[in-house]
Amino acid sequence: MQIFEYNGSALVAMVGKNCFAIASDRRLGVQLQTIATDFQRISKIHDRLFLGLSGLATDAQTLYQRLLFRHKLYQLREERDMKPETFANLVSALLYEKRFGPYFCQPVIAGLGDEDKPFICTMDSIGAKELAKDFVVAGTASESLYGACESMFKEDMEPEELFETVSQALLSSVDRDCLSGWGGHVYVVTPTEVKERILKGRMD
Amino acid sequence: MECVFGLVGNGFAIVAADTSAVHSILVHKSNEDKIMILDSHKLIAASGESGDRVQFTEYIQKNVALYQFRNGIPLTTAAAANFTRGELATALRKNPYFVNILLAGYDKETGPSLYYIDYIATLHKVDKGAFGYGSYFSLSMMDRHYHSGMTVEEAIDLVDKCIMEIRSRLVVAPPNFVIKIVDKDGAREYAWRESVKDVAVASA
Repeated sequence: MQIFEYNGSALVAMVGKNCFAIASDRRLGVQLQTIATDFQRISKIHDRLFLGLSGLATDAQTLYQRLLFRHKLYQLREERDMKPETFANLVSALLYEKRFGPYFCQPVIAGLGDEDKPFICTMDSIGAKELAKDFVVAGTASESLYGACESMFKEDMEPEELFETVSQALLSSVDRDCLSGWGGHVYVVTPTEVKERILKGRMD
Repeated sequence: MECVFGLVGNGFAIVAADTSAVHSILVHKSNEDKIMILDSHKLIAASGESGDRVQFTEYIQKNVALYQFRNGIPLTTAAAANFTRGELATALRKNPYFVNILLAGYDKETGPSLYYIDYIATLHKVDKGAFGYGSYFSLSMMDRHYHSGMTVEEAIDLVDKCIMEIRSRLVVAPPNFVIKIVDKDGAREYAWRESVKDVAVASA
């Protein structure tokens, strides 16, 4: 029994022209059994920063609560929102704190930094950061997602085209993974608005 | 072997659990109530290690009562569910409780709700949920026959269908079940479904 594959998950974040998209699947399972098909894997930290957590669902929930708490404390002290780069450092530090008893999660962080420049990164379960200019993936379907994103990605996509690309990459990848799927959840974030959309794919 | 399942209907939530207390091949008793009345409008149906089950649910019950004493108002179902998850999550990496919980409640403002809480503290709000080997049968029956806004009669009919399925298809099927309901009038026992009665002890 692999702990990272206990609940099943798929996450992807992609950079566009002054925007980003972050998408996840919707399945919550316990190994072979599906418990729910409306599980939220992506959470909003603030209007311009989103966090997706793949891996063990209980650790994802605990980690999200701890990070939200830390961000709220930061907001009280600094009277402003955290920059995505800063938040990524915070996540990395929190994960490394548990180096010898880790959270079994792989986070995907996506946000708009200074001058509305999109920022995405992922890290492993002990906080090793991976910055990328184009896309990052996580979860049980990550290998398929790498392939799909690599072939479908183009530089400087507008929000609508970015949405189409991310959706197609996500749906085609989760269709090859039995532990993730049951639809998709896509957030496309521009400096002015956040568009949240639910995808209907193969419901199995 | 322990079967616990529940669903949300129109203005009520219903949970059913088997009532056998088993140790290895021995059935200690077949009228063990595994659904605890948490407070006036909440039910906690628990399955798992028997010592942990009783200890943990009583701990939650007393803490929920303490909150009401201290603050003068009862916890909402969501708050109680999150508190329960928090206790399980804190204990997880020290001294884990092997208890799976379905928390059903009724709130005046939000109506009935059902929360699925895994033994590793995965929390999810669901319309229908189940634990144990019986879940393979009851979840499928509920997937087929459940629709939102069921009446009590329809829900009881579905619960009975699930019990029939468990009795006929599970190799070590528990003979007896208890059904409890929570709605605006409170949490209470609804019915027992007994196919084996404990033999009455002859008076000395």
